[in-house]
Amino acid sequence: MARKRSFKNSVLPTLLTYAGLAVGLVFAAFPIVWMVFSSLKSNTEIFALPPRLLPDDFTISAYLTIFNDPTKVRFFINSYFVAGVVTVLTLFIAILTAYGFSRYSFRFKNTLNIFIISTQTVPPITLLIPYFGMVVAFRIFDTYLALILTYLVFTLPYAVLLMTGYLNTLPKELDEAVLVDGGSSWTALWRVIVPVSTPGIVATAVYTFLLSWNEFLFALTLTKSMDLRTVPIGIQLLMGQHAFEWNEMMAMSVLGSLPLLVLYLVAQRYFLAGMTAGSVKS
Amino acid sequence: MNRSITALAPAPPKAGKKGRLSYKTLRKLVPYLYVTPATLLLVLLMLFPMAMVLRYSLMDGAIMKRDAAFAGLQNYITIFQNPVFWQSLYQTLYFTIMSVVFHFVLGLAFALLLNTNRVNPTIRSILRVLFILPWLFTAVIIAIIWRLLLDPNGVVNSVLMTLHIINFKVEWFSSTSTAIHALTFANIWAGYPLFMVSLLAGLQGISKELYEAAGIDGANELQKFWYITIPQLMPIIISISLLDFIWTMQVFPLVWMTTGGGPIYATEMLSTFTYKLAFAQYEFSLASASAIVILIISMSVTYFYIKHQQRR
Repeated sequence: MARKRSFKNSVLPTLLTYAGLAVGLVFAAFPIVWMVFSSLKSNTEIFALPPRLLPDDFTISAYLTIFNDPTKVRFFINSYFVAGVVTVLTLFIAILTAYGFSRYSFRFKNTLNIFIISTQTVPPITLLIPYFGMVVAFRIFDTYLALILTYLVFTLPYAVLLMTGYLNTLPKELDEAVLVDGGSSWTALWRVIVPVSTPGIVATAVYTFLLSWNEFLFALTLTKSMDLRTVPIGIQLLMGQHAFEWNEMMAMSVLGSLPLLVLYLVAQRYFLAGMTAGSVKS
Repeated sequence: MNRSITALAPAPPKAGKKGRLSYKTLRKLVPYLYVTPATLLLVLLMLFPMAMVLRYSLMDGAIMKRDAAFAGLQNYITIFQNPVFWQSLYQTLYFTIMSVVFHFVLGLAFALLLNTNRVNPTIRSILRVLFILPWLFTAVIIAIIWRLLLDPNGVVNSVLMTLHIINFKVEWFSSTSTAIHALTFANIWAGYPLFMVSLLAGLQGISKELYEAAGIDGANELQKFWYITIPQLMPIIISISLLDFIWTMQVFPLVWMTTGGGPIYATEMLSTFTYKLAFAQYEFSLASASAIVILIISMSVTYFYIKHQQRR
C-alpha cells in the first residue's frame, strides 16, 4: 500500500463506488419504500400531484379494513397453513433423501440425482393441465390437500439439493461414531446429523416457505372458494373487485411480504450460505 | 426390526450363511429406503402427469370429452398454424433474454460494488441486505407495485414529465408499444439479486494471490477484471444464466397481474397463451400440445445445465 493516497488512485474510485451504490440503492429500494408509504396514505392521496413520498396525514385505515374483514384475514391464515404444512413435510422427506444421497452410494444414484435436478426446471404450466384433471378425478378440487400435494412437487427438488449439499459438508466420522457404538443409521441421522444441521435446515425451510408462500398458478386454478384462497390470489381478487383501492392493495402487499422479510432477516446468515451452496454447486 | 436392519455394525458371526446373505441384501436396501419417499412422490406427481399431458396433446377434446379420440399430431399442427403462438414465442424469448442479460449485468455490477474494501464494512453489510430485497417479493406484489408506479397518473410519469423526458402521460402497461418493455423492466428489477448473491459468493472465492501475481506482472484493473475475475466467475455465470433462462421463460403471475397478455396480444407469453387455451377456452388438448412445446424448450436448456453442472 502506498503511503501517499493520491486523489486519482484512491479518493476518486471510492467516490465512484459510493455513487454507484447510491444509484443501486434507489433502484432496488425505491419501489418498496413507495409501496410502504402508499399503504399509509388515504386513497385520495395516492395519485396526488406533485407526488409526495410521505403521506400528508398518516393513516392505518387500510390495515384496519383488512384486519376487520374476515375474508381477507382468512387469506393469510390459508397461506400460513399451507406454507407451514408444506415446509414441514418437505423438510422431513428431503432430510431422508439427502441422507441417502450423502452417505451411501447405490445403483441409480446418478440417474436419480439427474432426475431430481431436472424436475427443478419442469414448467408449472405443463403440469397444471394434468393436475387439474387429476385433482378433479380424485375429488380433491378446491381443498388444502390439492395445494399441499402440488406444492410439494416443486419444493422437494430444491430442498433435496440444498440439504444434500449441506450434509456433504459434514464429516462422515459423525455418523460412524454412532454406528460403531451399535446404533443404526436412523439413530445417527436424527440424534447426531439433524441437530448439527441447523444452518442447512433453516436455509431449506426458509426457501421452501418462500416458494409455497409465493405460489400463484396452482392456487389460482386448483381452488375456487373464498375460504381456500391464499394471499397472492387474495390480492388479485382485490384488484379485480375495486380497482381503485390502492392503499388497501398496498397494505395487503406489505402484510403479504412481511413473513418473508422477517424470515429472511432472522435467517439471513444461514439462508445466503445455503442458497449459494445449493444454486452454485447443487 | 427396522433398526437392526439399518445398523451398519457387522452381524454376529454365528449367523448362518443364509442369514448373512439376507442381512447383506437388506443392508443394500437401506439407501433405497431413504430415497424412496421423494422418488415415489416425484414419479407419481411429476413423471406420471408429464405422460398424461403428452397423451392429452395427442387426443381430440381431452378432459372435456368422455371418450376422446386419438388425433395424432393434429393439435400440434393447429398450434403451429396459430400466429398468436409464434408471437407469444417471440415475446417470451425477447422478455427472457433481455431479463437474463440485465439480471447478469446488474447482478455483476452490484456484486463488484459490494465486494470492494473501499466501502465501510457496516454500510456494506446493510446494503447487501437492501439490494436483495426485490427478490423476496411475490410476483403478484411486484406486479401491483409496478402498476402503481407506472400508472398514467403515477410517480414515474410525474418525474419523467418534470424532467421533460416525456411530454404526455404514457400508459406503460396498456399501450401496445410500451407494455412488453414495462413488463421486462419490472422483471429485471425483481430478478437481479439471484445473480448478485451468487456472483458475490463467487468473487469471495477467488484467491487474492491471483490478483497479486497479476499486479506484479503489471496488469491494470481492467486487465485483472477481464483476465482473472470473469474467467473465475464463468462457471457461476453459465449455470445461473441457464437457470434464470428456464425460470424466466415460465413467467406467469407477473404478466397475468399487469397486462393479462394484452393489450391485444402485445405481451402474450407462452405461459399465458397456454393458460388461456386451457382455462378460458377449455381447449385442453391444444393447451397440452402448447405445454409440451414449452416443456421441450425447458428440457433442452436443462440438458445443457446438467451437462455443465456435471463437468464441474
